[in-house]
Amino acid sequence: MTASNHHWRKTKNMLMQTITFVCAVLVILPLLLVFFQLLTRGASSINWAFFTQLPKPVGEVGGGMANSIVGTFILILLASTLGVPVGVLGGVFLSEYTHRRLNWWIRFTADVINGVPSITWGMVVYALIVVPMKGFSMLAGGVVLGLMMIPLIMRTTEEVLQLVPTGYREAALALGISQWRVIMQIVVRTATKGIVTGVLLALARIAGETAPLLFTAFGNAYWTHKLTEPVAALPLQIFSYAISPYDDWRRQAWAGALVLILLVCALNIGVRTLTRDRFGGARRDV
Amino acid sequence: MPNAPLEQKTAKTAALTVRGLSIFFGNHAVLKNVSIDIAAKAVTAIIGPSGCGKSTFLRAINRMHELNPEARMEGEISLFGENIYSRETEAVVVRRRVGMVFQKSNPFPTMSVSENVTVGLRLNGIRDRRVLTQRTEEALRMAALWDEVKDRLQAPAISLSGGQQQRLCIARALAVQPEVLLMDEPASALDPLATQKIEDLIIDLKKDYTIVIVTHNMQQAARSSDTTAFFYLGELVEYGPTTRIFTKPAQKRTEDYVTGRFG
Repeated sequence: MTASNHHWRKTKNMLMQTITFVCAVLVILPLLLVFFQLLTRGASSINWAFFTQLPKPVGEVGGGMANSIVGTFILILLASTLGVPVGVLGGVFLSEYTHRRLNWWIRFTADVINGVPSITWGMVVYALIVVPMKGFSMLAGGVVLGLMMIPLIMRTTEEVLQLVPTGYREAALALGISQWRVIMQIVVRTATKGIVTGVLLALARIAGETAPLLFTAFGNAYWTHKLTEPVAALPLQIFSYAISPYDDWRRQAWAGALVLILLVCALNIGVRTLTRDRFGGARRDV
Repeated sequence: MPNAPLEQKTAKTAALTVRGLSIFFGNHAVLKNVSIDIAAKAVTAIIGPSGCGKSTFLRAINRMHELNPEARMEGEISLFGENIYSRETEAVVVRRRVGMVFQKSNPFPTMSVSENVTVGLRLNGIRDRRVLTQRTEEALRMAALWDEVKDRLQAPAISLSGGQQQRLCIARALAVQPEVLLMDEPASALDPLATQKIEDLIIDLKKDYTIVIVTHNMQQAARSSDTTAFFYLGELVEYGPTTRIFTKPAQKRTEDYVTGRFG
């Protein structure tokens, strides 16, 4: 352990610290760039009209994306009615009922499905719903997004339930409570926060999906409330405006993109708020 | 052919009669041919070195070993004359008559103190508010916790201290009004003061309940139990009145263990 050795080690430490710091900054950089671009190009187009008016025909200035914003919310809601119950109960099955072989296959399939490109999902639902119904629809859009949510929510629910200590299950069973009630009213209730987190993350993921909606919801320039009619959605509107040759439309596309990313951010912040440690310490271990 | 018990039946009636109990996890025999009578309204302590099967024995009494999919049992256990392993008997019903308190206190974190006490009643269908309030106070008094928590029944259960949480778990088990209470090293995670409270509690409870307590702590067994059973490597070596087991044990292995030569 000579003095020069010590000096060299100090330099190496500093070097590693700097390199890792730079890498961390590089990770955040794209997000900052995105925000910067969206804010500078889109913020000016966000006004009250943007949120309340329908798109105007080409040539007319103004108009907004009201129906797209509402459409996106409707689609998220529809998707949740399919994705949340099936995903959560599927996760409960995987976690609480151990049939080893079957569980392994279900998990494997879910993980594979999570990697399927979203455009493929769109084509599948096109063939299964749009063609028989002879038209694009809100229903098809909700279904495709819901199907994409299922494996996501199932896996996060399973993992969160596995984190619930066995002690609680045993204590509840030892009181003579039937297994189904133990699972739903003790285990799931303990893991509620984690399950909600998983659901919100899945929502944030599908809120921005564009490709599957191209074949299913299709987009709509007007208001609609019928499940069987095509519906406007924010990503779709952004897409068609962004590649158009009209300045006014392109401005609105930037604004739409900004609103979309704010929505995703709001969902993620919601997740963070839910899971914050209220009392400052680590949770008690049982 | 089950072995005859090594001790004659005590004068009190037997709450639990165990005959030829063997439990296997896969191919491994964890309990071998155990036969014992557990006296009613008395405290029976189960002692023995680690891995001797005492926890498994305890869990067989309320059919908790069945949670392990590889568990297999042979033999018979009767609770006040009724075979708890008969095909018509559901495990759920057995567990309402035989309560259990675990080594690490585990009050349900999403519930308040009173909700924890009544959870066994509520989730089994009892909804009458008056019954629940009454049982809450009864159970907490029996667990020597009422005075400490009566002003904060709605506080989260996990805000109590370690010793209080364990007494809360005891109250939770008692609220269901079981006939037998099983305790698996209930004071091992607690400080001496809290341990003392639990031991006093056990001596108090035996007036109304049959108690079977597994303990690592021989002094605790000597202090709080009427009968002691010594297990070693899955076999019941000897059981009898506590004072005799600790002063004049009949088996050499028992004597070696209680004098500290091994274990």
